[in-house]
Amino acid sequence: MDILDLTATELAEKIKRKECSAVEAAAACIEQIGREDKKLHAFLNVDADAVLRRAKEVDRGIETGIYTGPLAGVPIAVKDNICTKGMATTCASKILENFVPFYNAEAVDRIEAAGMVLLGKTNMDEFAMGSTTETSAFGDTKNPWDPAHVPGGSSGGSCAAVASGEAFLALGSDTGGSIRQPSSYCGVTGIKPTYGTVSRYGLIAYASSLDQIGPIAKNTKDCAALLSVLAGQDSKDSTSVKRTDTDFLSAAGDDMSEMKIGIPVEYLSDGIDDDVKESVLKAAEWFKILGASVEYFDLGLTEYTIPAYYVIASAEASSNLERFDGVKYGYRSSSCEGLHDMYKKSRSEGFGPEVKRRIMLGSFVLSSGYYDAYYLKALRVRAKLKEAFDRAFSRFDIILGPAAPTAAPRLGTSLNDPLKMYLSDIYTVSANLAGLPGLTVPCKINKDGLPIGVQLTGNCFAESKLFQAAYGLEKLRGPWQLPFMRKECME
Amino acid sequence: MAEKITDKTMDEIEILAKLVLTKAEKEKAKAEMQQMLDYVDMLDRLDTENTEPLTHIFPISNVFREDVEMDSTSADELLENAPQKKDGMFLVPKSIG
Amino acid sequence: MKQYETVIGLEVHIELATKTKIFCGCRASFGAKPNTCVCPVCSGMPGALPVLNKKVVDFALLAGLALNCQVNTFCKFDRKNYFYPDNPQNYQISQLYLPICHDGYVDIMTPSGTKKIGIHEIHMEEDAGKLIHDDWTDSTLVDYNRSGVPLIEIVSEPDMRSEDEVIAYLEKLQSTMQYLGVSDCRLQEGSMRADVNLSVRAIGDTALGTRTEMKNLNSFKAISHAIAGERERQIELLTEGKSVIQETRRWDDNKEASFAMRSKEDAKDYRYFPDPDLPPIFISDSWISEAKEKLPEMREQKLLRYQKEYGLSRYDAELLTMDRAMAEKFETTIRYGAPPKKAANWLTGETMRLMKEKERTASELIFSAQHLAELINLIEKEVIQNQTAREVFSEMFESDITPEVYIDEHGLRMEKNSDLLFEAAKKIVEANPKAVTEYKEGKDKVIGFLMGQLMREMKGKAAPSQAQEAIRKILSAY
Repeated sequence: MDILDLTATELAEKIKRKECSAVEAAAACIEQIGREDKKLHAFLNVDADAVLRRAKEVDRGIETGIYTGPLAGVPIAVKDNICTKGMATTCASKILENFVPFYNAEAVDRIEAAGMVLLGKTNMDEFAMGSTTETSAFGDTKNPWDPAHVPGGSSGGSCAAVASGEAFLALGSDTGGSIRQPSSYCGVTGIKPTYGTVSRYGLIAYASSLDQIGPIAKNTKDCAALLSVLAGQDSKDSTSVKRTDTDFLSAAGDDMSEMKIGIPVEYLSDGIDDDVKESVLKAAEWFKILGASVEYFDLGLTEYTIPAYYVIASAEASSNLERFDGVKYGYRSSSCEGLHDMYKKSRSEGFGPEVKRRIMLGSFVLSSGYYDAYYLKALRVRAKLKEAFDRAFSRFDIILGPAAPTAAPRLGTSLNDPLKMYLSDIYTVSANLAGLPGLTVPCKINKDGLPIGVQLTGNCFAESKLFQAAYGLEKLRGPWQLPFMRKECME
Repeated sequence: MAEKITDKTMDEIEILAKLVLTKAEKEKAKAEMQQMLDYVDMLDRLDTENTEPLTHIFPISNVFREDVEMDSTSADELLENAPQKKDGMFLVPKSIG
Repeated sequence: MKQYETVIGLEVHIELATKTKIFCGCRASFGAKPNTCVCPVCSGMPGALPVLNKKVVDFALLAGLALNCQVNTFCKFDRKNYFYPDNPQNYQISQLYLPICHDGYVDIMTPSGTKKIGIHEIHMEEDAGKLIHDDWTDSTLVDYNRSGVPLIEIVSEPDMRSEDEVIAYLEKLQSTMQYLGVSDCRLQEGSMRADVNLSVRAIGDTALGTRTEMKNLNSFKAISHAIAGERERQIELLTEGKSVIQETRRWDDNKEASFAMRSKEDAKDYRYFPDPDLPPIFISDSWISEAKEKLPEMREQKLLRYQKEYGLSRYDAELLTMDRAMAEKFETTIRYGAPPKKAANWLTGETMRLMKEKERTASELIFSAQHLAELINLIEKEVIQNQTAREVFSEMFESDITPEVYIDEHGLRMEKNSDLLFEAAKKIVEANPKAVTEYKEGKDKVIGFLMGQLMREMKGKAAPSQAQEAIRKILSAY
């Protein structure tokens, strides 16, 4: 059990020093998966033999000097909307149930080149559309802190895998909060990087102008280390940006006395749990102790973020999901009369209700007669939102706020009111709309024993500032015990 | 004042999105869509008269590749996931009507 | 009887001759085994992303400039959403809101003089795959080799009024694209496709009538027939008091009729929106001026120049400039020293005859301009005579032999040894006493007969002028 208590960077260092091996680490994770995942269902697909084979190969590579990076030998889980060559990639949807890509996502190529060991594919909301992982076609994932609660979504499986010790690291994706919110619900550290930082090639698209792949980890250092591996321009993704500042590990421990932190007043008004409010205030206190200045301010336009997000995301999704038609791959309905019947039946039978909901909304807002009033309008609102953030970041380095209005809700309580569920994304969607980086750090445990994280949002390309602040917060918060670790630390 | 989502609207959406809904599903979808659009209406409260739509976050332009051939996928690999195939091609039902 | 005029606009799709596809590095090839020139991008695989081929923009820009268009400083790509199996993403990446060029024109020749046909806009887009009907299973087979091949679509103003104007316009586009080297632009091969938008209106009316769109026009003949047929159909409808329905019709050249392509499954709403995967294109002034410099001399300029500089007839100039490859062969031949008129003769004469016989195009010519120039020179210097030259040329046509080498190998040089010639002439004259008598009587044309005999005897190795001289010399001694 103790190998699982290590952080990813600690593990890699031990492996480098030959105090343990990639095979041992991988085996420990496989064992943990065997113990926990029947209950948690964080994973959709694990090929234990393949994992150990790869771990062996990595050990050889470390020995021969092929893998020299700070995460070589570390086992990592990958969200099932990220293409893995030769391994099923389903987006937790019936329509892709047996789809096996013959290509890797760029992010997967990069983690493999860094010597990491791919453990398996994690559960998610279908096509990343959801906030609880309950829209998955292959069953719910449970929150490792309390299996009666959701892990959050859409990267629920990835966050649960890290929080339960099944994986040291995980890849998630974030379109409207899908890394940051489940990270808060599961008490792990996750970041959605600046748009364009991590290649989207091989990420099965939900909303192209909002999607980003990001790291999910046990702590800030691991998160920064993984982001460094993933970040950087990819010629296969025309929206990926050139960045020279991708060494995020070195942001640790810097003095925060120059930092200006802003808390939007509207973020702490009604609708959020007291526990959540307390976490944010606590974090603010810690930042002040570290020398930063903390101020409340009017961000403005917050109420417009959800409608703008849902119009834009649904519109892009309705187009991105057109390729799932039963022709080239995936599910094809068995009883069709003609081509268009095949399209309709395959899609209707293959997609779940939330996906269909968003496809229909998206088709509508793009349709002639409504395009200007809805889609273009939402894009104009988006421009105004970006302006509001530009104004905010001329005053502040970091915007502090919650990642979600509550801690993880109970299973089975979220899907009956879609609009209410959408509204809970209020703190996260703006970072996607404006392309900003957003990091969730675990802050405290609430009275029900569930974790609450706070969200740090930065200006474009300011991940280092976020990591710097997160390091500071961790120092003052103290050690953070994930649920599987608690069993060990029972004194 | 959002558009009233009618049965006709739902019929058109079904064709656009290539979905087929049962009567019950259609009623539910109609109501949900109406609720969503009524909510989205609040965007009209924000004056965006002189604001350009933001389609790309960064003012990047001219992202190109050179006209150089790269390796292609083999037909076998491409067709591996095909629900139906014949003679190295994807097979689909004929379009009728 | 009301008189109607036909109003026609064309949407022409042209496949660009780049090495690779528009959004991925697959070969833009034709005739390859199905699904062998594909990758995740052009086959619509999940997670694939497009990356724009710069050459496509270069070619589209050249085309726009050659067609006298305004260039949009900023242009972008939009998604055109519709479900069809030849469209792997079920959306086509095209340009609607900001195409690369707009407001251009071409001049065409009509019986009443030059006419300007306006070009509304030109945009870039990706081609779709190919669908093949499979009788066996009564299904459709899909091949994505062609999916993603770069196209430009040239949308004209509704300025054409007849089949002839349409054909003239299409030929103009063809020659322009071929001259630019951006496309080989062949209707039959599908590298040029034309959709015809046609409406009719009473003469004198300024408002446009309802138009129909016709597709599947695979030859100039089909286009002419389709236009005539559709005009008739629309006029008939209007004369009967009915209205023309705006629709797309498919032309069947065998049946010489068009059929509505109506389908209740067609959404007809493409929900165009800017493609979020592709950043916009900014075309700077320097890019435009560089492109302008790359514009080659176009056909019209060559036509004038050949007539003015080389004194060729308009007819010959037209023949030589129809295909840029032929024009270049001509110009290179001159550069190697051949007199222009002779070069023109050889190209419009023997060359074009053999091209037709062996079904070869000008770009497939095997012989080099240098060798043609050498051949012409050899004739001028009377090293060989015309008949022999034709023989040599047909060898050159097949395998680009060096004329002088070939002539020597086959001993085809004309006999320069005047003694030998003289001896032979003497023999001929002595063998034809009657001819001598006739010559003495003043019948000069007997010389021609004797010349012919002599040349036959010399097996083509005597130049006519030499043969004549020899005969005259011998005869004068009598």
